[in-house]
Amino acid sequence: MKRVVITGAGTINALGHDVPATLAAMREGRCGIGDLDLRDVERLSIRIGGQVRGFEAEGRYNRQQMSLYDRFTQFTLAAAKEAIDQSGLVFSGELAAKSGVVLGTAGGGVSTWDDNYRSVYEDGKNRVHPFVVPKLMNNAAASHVSMEHNLKGPSFTVSTACASSNHAMAQAFAMVRSGMAPVMVTGGSESMLCFGGVKAWEGLRVMSRDACRPFSANRNGMVQGEGAGIFVFEELEHARARGAGILCEVAGFAMSSDAGDIVMPSKNGAARAMSGALADAGISRDAVGYINAHGTGTAANDKTECAAVADVFGPHADKLMISSTKSMHGHLIGGTGAVELLACIMALRDGVIAPTIGYEEPDPECALDVVPNEARDAEVQVALSNAFAFGGMNAVLALRRSP
Amino acid sequence: MSVQDKVIQIIAEQAVLDPSDVTPDSTLESLGIDSMGLVESIFVIEETFDVEVPFNANTPGENDFDISTVASITKGIERLIAEQAGAS
Repeated sequence: MKRVVITGAGTINALGHDVPATLAAMREGRCGIGDLDLRDVERLSIRIGGQVRGFEAEGRYNRQQMSLYDRFTQFTLAAAKEAIDQSGLVFSGELAAKSGVVLGTAGGGVSTWDDNYRSVYEDGKNRVHPFVVPKLMNNAAASHVSMEHNLKGPSFTVSTACASSNHAMAQAFAMVRSGMAPVMVTGGSESMLCFGGVKAWEGLRVMSRDACRPFSANRNGMVQGEGAGIFVFEELEHARARGAGILCEVAGFAMSSDAGDIVMPSKNGAARAMSGALADAGISRDAVGYINAHGTGTAANDKTECAAVADVFGPHADKLMISSTKSMHGHLIGGTGAVELLACIMALRDGVIAPTIGYEEPDPECALDVVPNEARDAEVQVALSNAFAFGGMNAVLALRRSP
Repeated sequence: MSVQDKVIQIIAEQAVLDPSDVTPDSTLESLGIDSMGLVESIFVIEETFDVEVPFNANTPGENDFDISTVASITKGIERLIAEQAGAS
């Protein structure tokens, strides 16, 4: 089996328009969540979110591109460019033929659905723009990345709600590790912060009206975010041969299904995914220094996740650090694992652990070191990134410091 | 139909019971209504009475709306109807 490393990273999210800005915000424990600025916000009862501000898509993309790029595609292309530029790769010939793109998204072109339903139902129009379908389809972002960067190998989109991008990155990892592809572009994106997108979440009664406070006893729900995280996964010897900079190694992954409830998380499912990722990577549990938690800030997730960590790690659970950066950038749903992978890279490469901000009161059911409110310097050899989706579908990645 | 009778009807339907099996003292738990059933019941209550129920599933005990029994839910709805009629 081949070893897999990350040689490029890109993002756009509420904390920043690129990786350096996002990591700086995570180090400072800055909150990107604020009042939502969107049409009909006064008809929503949930009015906060981690919105990307100042993106100015019209200045980045031409008129033809704008007619084909939903906001989730716009975010993806911006992040993919950053990641591929950093990797230094140019895809041509055999490399292009074998390399592909696997991305995660839960909703795809939600704003395109929303705008066009509004147009035909509310405005009574009987005609929509000819490109509505290619704009809203879940694989639109992956397709445009493949077209923009000449990636002609295996490409597809994975959709498993809040675990979409972790499932996508797991697939990309497996493809590079098996030798099927030398390089895979992977990650995920989401853009549900439109009236219909927020209204749907509002209905479930799990959203906070004021803040995302993971693991805090007074937490009262999740807060949506938006954006993208994209990475270049590359076979180690391929990266070494061209002298590429390596951000970290992807060492293993595991997926599990709760086969239980459509919304309530399961301790067992989460624990099996974490222990499975360690087994796949051949890493002992005591080597794990940091876990980027799923940490949604709901009552159910956070206590279940902490109980699963305690089960998997035993006494070592009290020594490792676990934080949820959703407190800062919100929950990017299908894109969340990708943006959160940046916190793992920061821990492994820079020795900085991103905090869980908004932490106010200890919860005896979440009695772990959640790195409250302030980032911390620490040497970390191995990090896990958790994602546990509605529908009980879990995906955990294990990452190691650059070899 | 009184507010209480309507609430009993809504709760009975959610619990798949006959309305005669639901009393003002019944708790949702005793009727076998889980957290998703609760959220669904609140949705139906809001639609039936045209009110906004302040309910967050993360903090079920802390909301300004007592969901412990059919009677407390009825009282809460009556208060919301009075308040929200006054407000609009």
